[in-house]
This record gives sequence, structure tokens and C-alpha cells, in this order.
Amino acid sequence: MFQLTNANLGYKQSSVLHNISLEINEGERVALVGESGAGKSTLLSALQSQLQNEVTLIPQDLGLVNNLSVFHNIYIGRLNTYSSVYNLLNLAWPQKREVQKIKPLVERLSLVDKLFTPTGELSGGQQQRTAICRALFQGGSAVIGDEPVSAVDNHMADIIMKTLIARFTTVVLALHDVDLAIKFSTRIIGIKDGAICFDQSTVDLTRQDLDFLYQR
Amino acid sequence: MGKSVLKGDVLKFPPKNTSMVRVSLMFVGVALFCLYFSDISITTHDPWLEINRMIVGVFTPDFLAIGAIGDTLLKTVSFALIGVSMGAVSGFLLAQIFHLRVVRLVCSFVRSIHELFWALIFLQILGLTPLTGILAIALPYAGICAKVYSETLEESQTHALQVVPDGSGIISTFFYVRLPEVWTHIVSYTSYRFECGLRSSAVLGFIGLPTLGFYLETAFNEGNYSEASALLITFYVLIATIRYWLRPRLIGFYLIVAPFLLGGGADIKLGNVMRFFTFDIVPAPLRGSSLFDVSSWVDLLNWMQTLITAQAFPGIISTIVLTQIALVGTAFLSLTLFPLISNKFFGKYGRMLGHLFLVVVRSTPEFILAYIFLQFWGPSMLPAIVALSLHNGAIIGHLMGRYSNEISLRPDHAHAINLYGYEIIPRIYGQFLAFLFYRWEVIMRETAILGILGIATLGFYVDSALADIRLDRAIFLIVITAFLNVAIDSLSRYIRQRLRLSRTVQHHPN
Repeated sequence: MFQLTNANLGYKQSSVLHNISLEINEGERVALVGESGAGKSTLLSALQSQLQNEVTLIPQDLGLVNNLSVFHNIYIGRLNTYSSVYNLLNLAWPQKREVQKIKPLVERLSLVDKLFTPTGELSGGQQQRTAICRALFQGGSAVIGDEPVSAVDNHMADIIMKTLIARFTTVVLALHDVDLAIKFSTRIIGIKDGAICFDQSTVDLTRQDLDFLYQR
Repeated sequence: MGKSVLKGDVLKFPPKNTSMVRVSLMFVGVALFCLYFSDISITTHDPWLEINRMIVGVFTPDFLAIGAIGDTLLKTVSFALIGVSMGAVSGFLLAQIFHLRVVRLVCSFVRSIHELFWALIFLQILGLTPLTGILAIALPYAGICAKVYSETLEESQTHALQVVPDGSGIISTFFYVRLPEVWTHIVSYTSYRFECGLRSSAVLGFIGLPTLGFYLETAFNEGNYSEASALLITFYVLIATIRYWLRPRLIGFYLIVAPFLLGGGADIKLGNVMRFFTFDIVPAPLRGSSLFDVSSWVDLLNWMQTLITAQAFPGIISTIVLTQIALVGTAFLSLTLFPLISNKFFGKYGRMLGHLFLVVVRSTPEFILAYIFLQFWGPSMLPAIVALSLHNGAIIGHLMGRYSNEISLRPDHAHAINLYGYEIIPRIYGQFLAFLFYRWEVIMRETAILGILGIATLGFYVDSALADIRLDRAIFLIVITAFLNVAIDSLSRYIRQRLRLSRTVQHHPN
């Protein structure tokens, strides 16, 4: 599904990641781990640019429109499936049909009482859950998420991870929390100093691998 | 090159000025030079007599004429509402195609002509009708709104664009992502424009429309200062309370009612409209003569030469002289006035008085201030300089005061004049210059228009040409005025870029 061969990734002049070769197949659940600034986001955006139209995105900055309500932000995930006229109608008067579709999602992520609150008035965690609802509503076969559960508590993080796995066949997430990565992924890629330092299926992963990753 | 001298670590003295200081000193120098050539005499026989009567009037406002006052204000508000709404809506549409060079050029030309000049032009075409007043506001406001809206849209954060699914279409993307991102800014800018629109609408009364300026001029002419002061006080209250009565939900209702409050007027005569375009504005030498005849083009050149040397040139010189003096006057006043509303210098009650003073001064259009001072001192540049400096100084002082309130100081900071000179001014000077240079073009536009009051700037020659019913000359001079404004605008942009002053000022003071 995704494939990189000897790629140098990064911003225009300076490459953050050197000589990366990587293949991700359909159905895999991949977690990227590593210290902040190691290059996880760079790798994710390289993967995303390969399959721009087919992959659903949960960016680190969430990509919310803060003057719009939770409902409308979630609806943005499916703007392409309706006509412009219907979209504008739904912008002015939220359509019952759409509310019915979105309700189960916000119920699951405990946002139902905020459905018509502008996301600018929400806490960081609530905003993050809104972005996840948008991704769930958008659907598709693959999701790429950059630290999608960094601002929610452990219980909510578990719910979110389960929901994402149930909704998308291929899941690629950058995660801070190594335990969460072990719990939900089938494959873990460790990134350190601009290179992939390990790439293993979760069952084969050893403590040493992880310790090395966070060693100074 | 000279010999290389090893300076070592010897400090040079005096130290070199920063570029901001150098530019400021240069402008002060130019203003002093201009002041030397300007006419700032007081020509009235006994200015104090009139001032005394006026001060008495200020303290004895006569609200008995409330019926007439209410009617005038309703009309003033109605003209502003319709004009600004039309301007804002067309400006918004134009902002969507602002990347087209021709749109940018037309907008910059249209907004470089003052509302009053537009009103004078439309007066010739449409007569003294409500449409004249509406278009006079709507047209230049469309130009300025188009520019500001398109800049806002351009600079908006577009994080959300990356998550919009492919194939969503530009309309949906625009209304779901791009517009909501800038909506708050557009609303606040438009309501600021509405406040300007109220002032513009008030001033339109001076050319005969039934708004505030008309009744003010009548009251002044009759020496009825108590009524004039009641009129102005109500106007200030109206402006100060805009946010309470201009509710988003009510705007639709206001817009339905407003057209019925504009009052009647002469009928629009199609003949006049046609004559304006086919005869009146055609330069006299070309009227009725063959365009293939060389002699008529020679005549045109002579016509232009006479007009330029006898009117445009002296008009341009005095417009520039007055503008440069008023610009520096504005600078000094805003640097003096902003502490009045700054929490770094005054307590709560002191600041309230400061706010009151600044609101009054900046709510009074330059034109009305100049008109009042003209009654004191007679026609010279003095009333215009004082009016322009006061009004613009109050506007920039207000913005700087707000800006200075956001500065956080260390607990053991200096006080009074040391605080002012060492802590505050160095921090806000860049912003101050940005505000001032944004305002430069506005000051020049106003300077030109003050000519209508008898000060020999470009507006004076325009007004005289209109009085002689020589529309071709008037239009020619107005176009020259517009080019002068465009030139000042580019010069201001060049200086702002050279000084690296923030490209986007949070609160556009223009």
C-alpha cells in the first residue's frame, strides 16, 4: 500500500530522515514511536503524500475550523459526497439526516453535549476527539494519524484506538505512548536520529529495542 | 576606498541612528520645510468672540429640536447602512477575483477618490437624489473592502484545508473552511467600516444631502451653536453605542427599512446621465470636433497644459505641503495622546476621561472639525492642519493605547517620563510608524477634499471648476488627485517594507 525506497525526507534543504526504505501492506496496523523531533511527522506526511486521495488524515494540528461547530467539523469529512447546494443547506440548517449519522460517533467519544458548540470553545482533548470523529465519519480504507490521542486520558485513548481499528483496515499512527502502541498495533517502527532503528512485528519486539530508542 | 583603519573596540560617538529614527527625523524636517512655505495666518477679525459663543453653545446643547435631530440622524444612519452594505458585499465578491490585475487596479483607483468627490461626480449625473449619496459611499468602500477582505483571505490559517476530502468542490470548501476561518475578522473589519461610513454619510450633508452635515452647516450659519452641539452630542452617542444597536440579527430588518428613510429628492433624468458621459466630461477642445483633426488634439494639449500649470500644479503642491505638516502633527499628537488611555500611565477613571476625549475627537470627521476651526480662524491652512492632526492623532493614539495595554512590564519598571521613554516608546515605535504610514494616504485624501472649504488644495480647484460647470476640468483634476493618492500609497508601502514594519496591521486604521 505504501512504499518508500532509499528516500531522503524532510523540508526543502535539510532532510530529517535519510535513506528510508519501507513498505506497509494493506491490513497492517503500524505504530511509529520515537522521541519528539525524531522525524515521525515527516515520515507520516511522506506516506500521506503517496496516497493523498485514498487516505484519511488526523493531522497533529487537527485541521479544525474553529468558528464552526463540532457537527460541521465532522461533516467536513464527507463534503465530497454531496452536492454544493446540499452542503450549503446543511451549513445553514444542520440536516436531520446528517445529525442522525453523526450522533453515534459523538456518543461513543462523549462529545454529544458539545455537538453544536464551536470547536474554538472546546478543550484540547475535546478538539482532538472532534478531529477523530471527522476521520471516522469520512471513513475509507486507511487512516494516518499524528499523535491522535495525545490529549485524552487512558480510558478514552483505549476507546479511540479500538474504534479506529474497527473502522479502518490499514492504520498508521505516530504514538507517544509505547504501551498503547504495543497494545493495539501489529507492527512497530522505531525512529531515532533520522533513521529507522527497528521495524518489527509487535510480538517480536524486545525491551532492549525500546530502551535503545529512548537512550541519550 | 580610503585607508583601512583598525578601529579596535573604540566606541563610535555619537552612535548611528537606527533607520526608524532617521526616517522619522527626515519626515519632521520635511514638515518644517513645508511649514515655512505654508499659510497659517488667522484671518478672522476677532476669533475669540466666535469661540466664546461656540463654547457657550457646547455647554448649552439644545435638545428641544430633537425631532429634526432624530430625522437627520435616521437619514445619516440609513445612507451609511445601505452604502456600506453595498460596498461590503461588492467588495467581498471582488475579493474573490482580486488576483486579477485589472480588478486590483480598478479597486485602487476607485478607493483613491474621496467619497465627497464621488458625491460631487454623482451629483452631476444623478442630481440630488438618495442614489447619489449611496453610490458615493458604496463605490470607494467596495474598493477598500475588496483589498482588505482579499488580504484577510490570503493570510488566513488553512490547516483545515489538508483534511478536506478530494473532490469537495470549491464552493463547499470555501464556505466550510476558508470563510469560517476569516469570518470574525471580516465582521469586525466591516463594523469598523460602518463606523467610517457613518462619518462619511454625515459629511455628505455638506454637499446638500439630508444628512447630519447639512443641518450642522445650517445651524452654524445661523449661529445656532446650541443646536449644533446637541446634534454632535447625539452623533457621538450613536457612534459610541454602535455595538448595542447594530446587532447581526437586526441588520436585515434595518436594510429593509432604511430605503424608506432616505427621503425623496429630484428625479433622475436620463438626459443628464447621457449628457454627462457624452458631453460634460469630454475635455472642451474635443467637444463636437473631429477626432481625426490634428488641431483639436493640439487644442487638447494646450488645454491640459493650462490646467496643469494654473490649477493642478499649485493644487498638488499645497496638498502635499498640508499633508506633510498634518502627518507630523498627527504623529506628535498620537504620541502625546495615547498615554491617556494606557493602563501603564493612568488609572481606571483617568482612562475613562481619556477615552471620552479620544472618542469625541475621532468620531468627528476631519471635514467637520476643519469646518468648525475655519469659523474661528478664517480660511488658511491652520484650521486644516489642526483638524487633520487632531482627528488622525486621536485614531492612532487610540490604537497605540490599546497596543500598549498588552505590553507586560517587569515589576520594578521605571515610572512616568522614564517609563514612557525607555520602556513603552521603544516597544511600540515600530507599530506606531506602521499605523502612521497606513494613515498617510488617508490624510492626503482628506487634505485634497478640504479644498471644498476654501483651502487651496486640489479640492478647491475641483470645487471651483464644478461651480463654473466645467465638469471636464473637475474630472481631470479628480483623476490627478487619485493618481497622487496612489503614488503616496506606493511610497508608504515602500517605506514600510524598507523599515520592515509589520506587513499586516491588526486593526487597519485606514
